[in-house]
Amino acid sequence: MSESAQANNPTHQPGSVGLVEPQTARIDTPLLLDCGRRIEHYELVYETYGELNERADNAVLICHALSGDHHAAGRHRPEDRKPGWWDTAIGPGKPIDTDRFFVVCVNNLGGCKGSTGPLSENPETGRPYGPDFPVLTVRDWVNSQHALMRQLGISRWAAVTGGSLGGMQVMQWAISYPEAVAHAVVIAAAPKLSAQNIAFNEVARQAIITDPDFHDGRYAEQGVIPRRGLMLARMLGHITYLSDDAMRAKFGRELRSGKVQYGFDVEFQVESYLRYQGTSFVDRFDANTYLLMTKALDYFDPAAEADDDLATALAPATARFLVVSFTSDWRFSPARSREIVRALLATGKSVSYAEVEAHQGHDAFLMPIPYYHKVLRGYFDNIARDLTEETGAKEADA
Amino acid sequence: MNRPDWEIVTGWIRENARVLDLGCGDGALLRHLIAKRGVRGVGMEVDDERVARGVAADLNIVQADLDDGIRTWFGANSFDYVVVSQTIQAIRHPERLLGEMLDVASEGIVTFPNMGYWRNRWQLGVQGMMPTTKALPNPWYNTPNIHLCTLRDFESLCEGLGIEILDRAVVDQNRQSSPLLRAMPNWFGEHAIYRIRKRVP
Repeated sequence: MSESAQANNPTHQPGSVGLVEPQTARIDTPLLLDCGRRIEHYELVYETYGELNERADNAVLICHALSGDHHAAGRHRPEDRKPGWWDTAIGPGKPIDTDRFFVVCVNNLGGCKGSTGPLSENPETGRPYGPDFPVLTVRDWVNSQHALMRQLGISRWAAVTGGSLGGMQVMQWAISYPEAVAHAVVIAAAPKLSAQNIAFNEVARQAIITDPDFHDGRYAEQGVIPRRGLMLARMLGHITYLSDDAMRAKFGRELRSGKVQYGFDVEFQVESYLRYQGTSFVDRFDANTYLLMTKALDYFDPAAEADDDLATALAPATARFLVVSFTSDWRFSPARSREIVRALLATGKSVSYAEVEAHQGHDAFLMPIPYYHKVLRGYFDNIARDLTEETGAKEADA
Repeated sequence: MNRPDWEIVTGWIRENARVLDLGCGDGALLRHLIAKRGVRGVGMEVDDERVARGVAADLNIVQADLDDGIRTWFGANSFDYVVVSQTIQAIRHPERLLGEMLDVASEGIVTFPNMGYWRNRWQLGVQGMMPTTKALPNPWYNTPNIHLCTLRDFESLCEGLGIEILDRAVVDQNRQSSPLLRAMPNWFGEHAIYRIRKRVP
């Protein structure tokens, strides 16, 4: 964005990256997927904040979570009610400081926000892919992001960062492309899903698949969407992202009309909240994409290829790691993050670990919790300082 | 400012060693050891503020409560040295931690305020009050120190745990050693510094 545009932007405020516009990269290098299928060409939608420096070494990749997209910070239009999903952490003067870093966030392949996915046209049939879009893995995403990285003229990320499913992508980056990741920041993640996690995902998927409007995934061709199923899936997800405490604090058993009605309409505030979350999700998310993303979560298990030994799986990584977990996160509990830390320690990797006291549950990783942001800021300050020192050393050599 | 025990601890640590610092605070000792000895270090700390400062100082800090044990974090012989500087007296089960320390590292270095120091004895024995000194600055009702001991206490615990004492140093607040201190360490030593390892049977 030009300076004048920034100055004219009514929503521009300190700490915000201001108005941003997504971009589209077309990638013509075929992508061989874990499922065995190939995608010949694909598009990835992404946003960037800050400036890539001359040495192209200040780029930070942000990997999004399950229902996320490329819009991580700033606003698309001045009247947008909400900024990007991680606006709390990305911006001038924020922990991931766009005055120092060139931040890139990509809508994952298979997404529904512009990247090639189930809503895109299948070149073989001329119809939308729908359910025919290949099943993807975290590694497929990382491979596609790597192709984008090269297209952007970046050979190494100063850091790859993400929470939840995004944290899994960070781990995969460090394993698949060790030379391309200087720092790996893994937040509220796990080395693989537990059976309970997979069970939640399966209930969500069944809610979608058994919706009468699902039509084996070809709902778009029928001019409908499996609203009820997608809404249920999202409601279930939301319950697992919050903690018992957070729900109690937010809603308690508060009634909408002040007294019980002895019926099945919305009575409790929490019901109203979940229905709202579910309904609004239907308007912004595609059911087939939701199925793909939850499957990718289920499949992620880098240790599986290393005799179930996570340390062996992480052995190729050369990045320095920061791992962060949140005490009330029961979907990806601190115990799961500790597994990652232990595996890194076992192979002598450089790792720091912060366990953040927070009552917000899994969603805490999106909140500006002071201690969490302090750790993040301190870590990224080090990265920025190293970059400056390297530049300084180069200049001194010249 | 360096603490009185640092110089001796540093002197006992080999160049380029792998060091685990338990209760590392903001990592000041680790930074000192990295600068002076080129060690590869990991610090463990429970306090948020200190962890944040350690991370900001570019150190490897793992946030964890030592009272939960350390054996789940590290494999056997992961380190050359494990340092417990001015922390053991605040641990719920010091005897368990000492055992675990010597599982994960070949040598341990432990420093603590000596409860047998004459000022402490004077305050307790003559004045009849819990001691407060530079080394033990907290009042009895508000102190992290729950397991204070003397040199003799510590040595007898080591004996019982099959731990061999390789080195012992005692200093006063000014990092001085004096003939008096050497003659009667349990009376005149304000800080105790031990280098230990598992006794080979």
